[in-house]
Amino acid sequence: MATLEEIAAETGSEGVRRRDFINIAAVSFAGVGAATIVLPLVNQMNPSADVLAQASTEVDISAIQPGQAIKTIFRKQPLFVRHLTPAEIASADAVPVDSLRDPQTLEERTKAGKTQWLITMGVCTHLGCVPLGAAEGENRGEFGGYFCPCHGSSYDTAARIRKGPAPKNLEVPEYSFTSDTVVQVG
Amino acid sequence: MSFPWAEQYAPKHPFMRYMDEKLPLPRLVFNAIGGGYPVPRNLNYFWNFGVLAGAALMIQIITGIVLAMHFAANGAIAFDSVEHIMRDVNSGWLIRYAHANGASMFFIVVYLHIFRGLFYGSYKAPREMVWLLGLVIFLLMMATAFMGYVLPWGQMSFWGAKVITGLFGAIPLVGEPIQHWLLGGFAPDNAALNRFFSLHYLLPFVILGVIILHIWALHIPGSSNPTGVDVKGPQDTVPFHPYYTAKDGMGLGVFLIVFSILLFFAPNYLGHADNYIPANPLSTPAHIVPEWYFWPFYAILRAFTVDFILPAKLWGVLAMFASILLLFFLPWLDNSPVRSGNYRPVFKKFFWVLVIDVLILGYCGGAPAEEPYVMISQLAAAYYFAHFLIIIPIIARIERPLPLPNSITESVLAKHGGSTSGDTTLAPAE
Amino acid sequence: MVRILGPIVGLGFVGVLLWSLMWGAISYVQEPPVPTAEHEFHLHPKDVAFSFDGPFGKYDKAQLQRGLQVYKEVCSACHSLRLVSFRDFTDLGYSEGQVKTLAAEWTTETPSINPETGEPATRKSVASDKIPSPFANEVAARAANNGALPPDLSLMTKARHNGPAYVHSLLTGFQDQPAKMLKEFPDSKTPESLHFNPYFANLNIAMAPPLTGEGQVSYGDGTKPTVDQMATDVSAFLAWTAEPKLENRHRTGIAVLIFLLFATAFAYLAYQNIWRDKKH
Repeated sequence: MATLEEIAAETGSEGVRRRDFINIAAVSFAGVGAATIVLPLVNQMNPSADVLAQASTEVDISAIQPGQAIKTIFRKQPLFVRHLTPAEIASADAVPVDSLRDPQTLEERTKAGKTQWLITMGVCTHLGCVPLGAAEGENRGEFGGYFCPCHGSSYDTAARIRKGPAPKNLEVPEYSFTSDTVVQVG
Repeated sequence: MSFPWAEQYAPKHPFMRYMDEKLPLPRLVFNAIGGGYPVPRNLNYFWNFGVLAGAALMIQIITGIVLAMHFAANGAIAFDSVEHIMRDVNSGWLIRYAHANGASMFFIVVYLHIFRGLFYGSYKAPREMVWLLGLVIFLLMMATAFMGYVLPWGQMSFWGAKVITGLFGAIPLVGEPIQHWLLGGFAPDNAALNRFFSLHYLLPFVILGVIILHIWALHIPGSSNPTGVDVKGPQDTVPFHPYYTAKDGMGLGVFLIVFSILLFFAPNYLGHADNYIPANPLSTPAHIVPEWYFWPFYAILRAFTVDFILPAKLWGVLAMFASILLLFFLPWLDNSPVRSGNYRPVFKKFFWVLVIDVLILGYCGGAPAEEPYVMISQLAAAYYFAHFLIIIPIIARIERPLPLPNSITESVLAKHGGSTSGDTTLAPAE
Repeated sequence: MVRILGPIVGLGFVGVLLWSLMWGAISYVQEPPVPTAEHEFHLHPKDVAFSFDGPFGKYDKAQLQRGLQVYKEVCSACHSLRLVSFRDFTDLGYSEGQVKTLAAEWTTETPSINPETGEPATRKSVASDKIPSPFANEVAARAANNGALPPDLSLMTKARHNGPAYVHSLLTGFQDQPAKMLKEFPDSKTPESLHFNPYFANLNIAMAPPLTGEGQVSYGDGTKPTVDQMATDVSAFLAWTAEPKLENRHRTGIAVLIFLLFATAFAYLAYQNIWRDKKH
């Protein structure tokens, strides 16, 4: 039946394309669904609400005398809050910035008008040990700031790296003074 | 896989040829679920449940691994860690409800799969091994689900564990030492919780392994079909891909719709309110019941109320295990040469009686252990044992089956009144 | 072999079951089960409508705030809410500042340690703290409540069948013991230290009616604080403490179902399309 064959040949290619469309649509929908499911499965590993709630800490600095520092916890890591003496501020300012491995002035690492408050993480930037120097009687190292006993990194009075393997100054976290005696970190 | 007309795997892309030479995994997939696996063309929707069970297992494994990142398996904080997941973990509520309701979906699908096997004689030669492996999977599922339910350490978790581990104490002589060995103590406590967590994480992967054996055993003779008549030639089959991949995809959609309705709109409907109370060893709940999928077996356990040579408690334990173990012998209890219930009218009637009987047992299992439920359980449990151990063998012997179609194709053609319109693979009616 | 042993085992189990059935029937006839007061006079929760009922349900934030107020001023004296953190109250419409104040001014403070002596002490709560329990431990709670332990309320509406309705019915269900009950069950008189409440499982609850009259709490939004209103509000609040993600769940569910209906419809059409040339 030649006529039937002709008709079959004509509708052949277009027919296949039309027929494929619904299959492609179905598979695409399934694919979109599968991709969407991945999102919550991956997101659940992000910090949970209770961890995020502890992402901010308030520190009362009223009891810290000049020349004193305290160790506290911020995001489950040590935080050093130091009340610098005028001598310590002067010795930090006297250092030529270009000679520093990680060039920063004391002013850049503190808040305007509150240069005497040095707030840094207590985590050595080399491999993560807790440096000495925050508590009374601890070794403050050659430069009068902090000293890391693990591999000898020495930080100055502005907690900047001066000697030893650490590449960067002690990290200054995000913080703000909510009053003269209370600092909100994070 | 003994169908000579099955399409051969012939990779065209050079990378696929390289893979085929070094590690013939693509070939394995092609021959197992691709174009290279012929399947009877007349399967109905009851054949969808196998793949759905596999999907349910994958859902449980994925949600389970994720939950294990946040769950704390210690009696003091387990309950609170689950609430931490529900309240604070990103999408934690979604993953927890998915896992809890996913377990129910897994059992719904597996029960439908098993009853399909019972009706269509899928357990008969040459597929006995498929059936036996399936029962092993079912037992592993029950162990996994039981241990999983203990983990949230709610009242039902604790008291369910107490009751079920207490059953082992019914075994004469060695019962109590075995019970203490299982628990790591004298009552469910930290030791039990920790080991249940470890085993609950392990068993699903054992299930995965047995499923691979189950499918492998199936693919030797190939799938059965609603007529129970063997495949005779290429006109009886279609390649698994794309015909059954498409059908299974659609079935998956329906499964996910049911799952989503449960998860999002009735997430605690199948659960028990008491499990939202932290476990208290000093306070027994009014009615201790397991999850719904164990209710038929729980009814059988509680049906034995009177000592008879052995203590009633021991009878209950023996009967509960026997109710599953007898299924292992089904291929030999039922030795009728006719597979499908469609051609066995007496068998068919008793099959539906069994279905109703199991539903009654299930209802009684969730009810309090009072009259009239106890008496109904006793009658229903008696029928259950009579059905498999007495009635089925008798029917197999004396039943006169209906005449079978000569082939699958014949039955399909008969269904469409002999017309082959549009289908070029069917031989024209004689 | 199987076909010989099988029926024997079957007859064994059937026999023992029928034996149990017979003795059960005999004892049922000889000593029929005695009706109990709990069975006859226990009431199921009333039908209460809440804004969060049904698949499209949502919380009424104003109601939740009123419920929090009832919890705070009436219930928190004895009942803990230990799974809820103060920061969760932003869900009720409070700002971060308001939450901070709520936490700092909460009657019970958060347990801590005296930084100088190491002795147990308390401190003002912050937003990230969980709501402190009114009692230090179970022993203290029982001692203050005649031996009864006021349960934690965080999950109460999920820990009882028909939870929110149950809480409402319980709070409004305190009444005198019906004379009929005393007549039918002379031994069922409610003991002096307990209170009759037909919605409670064993009819006698250790808690005295907590909502005694109108105006016990004065609502800031002008709603009339009748006993029924306070009960409804605190029930809704407790539904929220048990299911803070309910609205999220409903919204996601509707989106997922619509997606799945489309996906399944397409899958069905693709299935029909693929099988069009094959009779089956």
